[in-house]
Amino acid sequence: MTTRGGWVYSETVKDHFMHPRNVLKDGEVYEEDGKGDVGNVKCGDQMIVVIKVDKEKGIITDCKWQTYGCASAIASTSILSEMVKGMPLGQAFNLSPKDIARELGSLPEHKIHCSVLGDKALRAAINDYYKRNGMEDKLVIEDARLVCQCMNVTDHEIEEAVLEGARTFYELQEITKIGTVCGQCEPEATRLLNEYVKKHFAETGAATR
Amino acid sequence: MEQRQVYMDHNATTPLHPAVKAALTDAMEAFGNPSSLHALGRTAREQVEDAREKTASFLGASPDEIVFVGSGSEGNNTVLSILACASRHCTLRRDRGPEIVTTTIEHPCILETSKCLADRGVDVKFVDVDAYGKVDLDQLKDCVNERTAVVSVMMANNEIGTIQDIKAIAEIVHGRGAVFHTDAVQAVGKIPVNVRELGVDFLTLSAHKIYGPKGIGALYIRKQVPFCPLILGGHQEKGRRAGTENTLGIVGLGKAIEMRAAEMDDEAKRLLELKAALRKGIEERIPDVQFNGHPTDCLPGTLNVSFDGAEGEAILLYLDLEGIAVSTGSACASGSLDPSHVLLATGMPAEQAHGSVRISMGRENTEEDVAYVVEQLPDVIARIRDMSTAYKRDAQ
Repeated sequence: MTTRGGWVYSETVKDHFMHPRNVLKDGEVYEEDGKGDVGNVKCGDQMIVVIKVDKEKGIITDCKWQTYGCASAIASTSILSEMVKGMPLGQAFNLSPKDIARELGSLPEHKIHCSVLGDKALRAAINDYYKRNGMEDKLVIEDARLVCQCMNVTDHEIEEAVLEGARTFYELQEITKIGTVCGQCEPEATRLLNEYVKKHFAETGAATR
Repeated sequence: MEQRQVYMDHNATTPLHPAVKAALTDAMEAFGNPSSLHALGRTAREQVEDAREKTASFLGASPDEIVFVGSGSEGNNTVLSILACASRHCTLRRDRGPEIVTTTIEHPCILETSKCLADRGVDVKFVDVDAYGKVDLDQLKDCVNERTAVVSVMMANNEIGTIQDIKAIAEIVHGRGAVFHTDAVQAVGKIPVNVRELGVDFLTLSAHKIYGPKGIGALYIRKQVPFCPLILGGHQEKGRRAGTENTLGIVGLGKAIEMRAAEMDDEAKRLLELKAALRKGIEERIPDVQFNGHPTDCLPGTLNVSFDGAEGEAILLYLDLEGIAVSTGSACASGSLDPSHVLLATGMPAEQAHGSVRISMGRENTEEDVAYVVEQLPDVIARIRDMSTAYKRDAQ
């Protein structure tokens, strides 16, 4: 797995992959304040993130994780678990895969989608914490908006498709089947596509090789 | 101390045989165009024809039945594309309709070509395989009819190593009047292959899987079988494949095949022993593993194994850090979201396919290599399972 004689991932990725931090070991007892469980093994990746919270200050004091995932998932969640310690809940909630990729130095572009699971699980854990503590007012529901009425495709699905590598409307169709019936949504879908490409892939360390 | 390097990904490609390397170096001096009439051209022509004879004799064919092509993929594309030509004016098919029968476990170069032909109006049928990857012969019989232009079934699978009963399949196909092609890229040079005994009409092989150079392969085209070139515009290869011959590649292929003829039988025995030792070592030292593919009708050096709760790309990269090169059926390694189509076709659940690893050994692998893998692999699997959401040890 080397490119041009070098490791395809950065040294930081390699380090976190070889020595993952804050792993929740199988069978380990951990009294978490919030837990997020996303993905599933059938799709090839699953992630569990657990957090402890200083309830007075609203700060994450500890974070552990467990995954069925590839090298990128392992490394990105390992670094994420370090980043969020001591971080206010709101700030942690808003971390994006781009922030993690920046911290990691670089990730090959086609591996970005493997790294989104960690922050997704973290958001689920934070929401879980809010629920457990009667702070429903703080819950952030990630509302999905229907873009393609015919094939039932939402903006979230378009974002996921971009993370999976879609860069053109045609590629978006290959993945989501969007706009394959009446085609009315093409301008809006293309606008969102470009927006998500910009959001996740512009000016990051996500080096395309 | 230098880290030990163990290459066990021979189904992906192989290192050059030292004898091939030497032959290539010599051949570099002779740069002539085999089509030229002068001395340099004649030398190049002799080299090309010498390689053709070696290839033909290894397969039990005659030299004029061998056409050199740019790769196994090109050979496979050629056969499917020309025989399923959807043009009404095509003289190849005559009364037979544009219909193709192939299997669900073929190499992507067959599957993608089939799908492209389907888009152009060709009917394509995909025959299923059983849990070991063996083609369902009853279903094959149902699929092949008077409209079938060509049936293509791979001789040995690149991922799980399962070897098909090509002779029986060829009989079924011929019994229904269709033409039969086999993609033997993984088989030729690893197991005995004789085109006459097997009764195939077309066969594809590739040099770089058998210690030859990349970018060269050959297509066996049985005499009197309908054929037209895919690459047009030149008289080369008796008008069957245009383009100046890759003389260097052809020399390399010829030498690689000559060495296979000398070494294959003994090597196969040795690889079977190595594989048995590897399998035993894995079974003894790692719990919750499954071996995939056919237990006996399998390429000598290929071992495909699934590890519960461990993702394949992570296994591959941890092994890579220990100097061990293998490959995986996990989606994450392929850049797509789906795990190996071959493993899924055998009925394997997706989660098991994601955790599968293909170990393919070859001529330079030793007992020490196997011992090293058996020593490293348990730690790697334990490390991954330790952080896995999908692996739960049985409560003792």
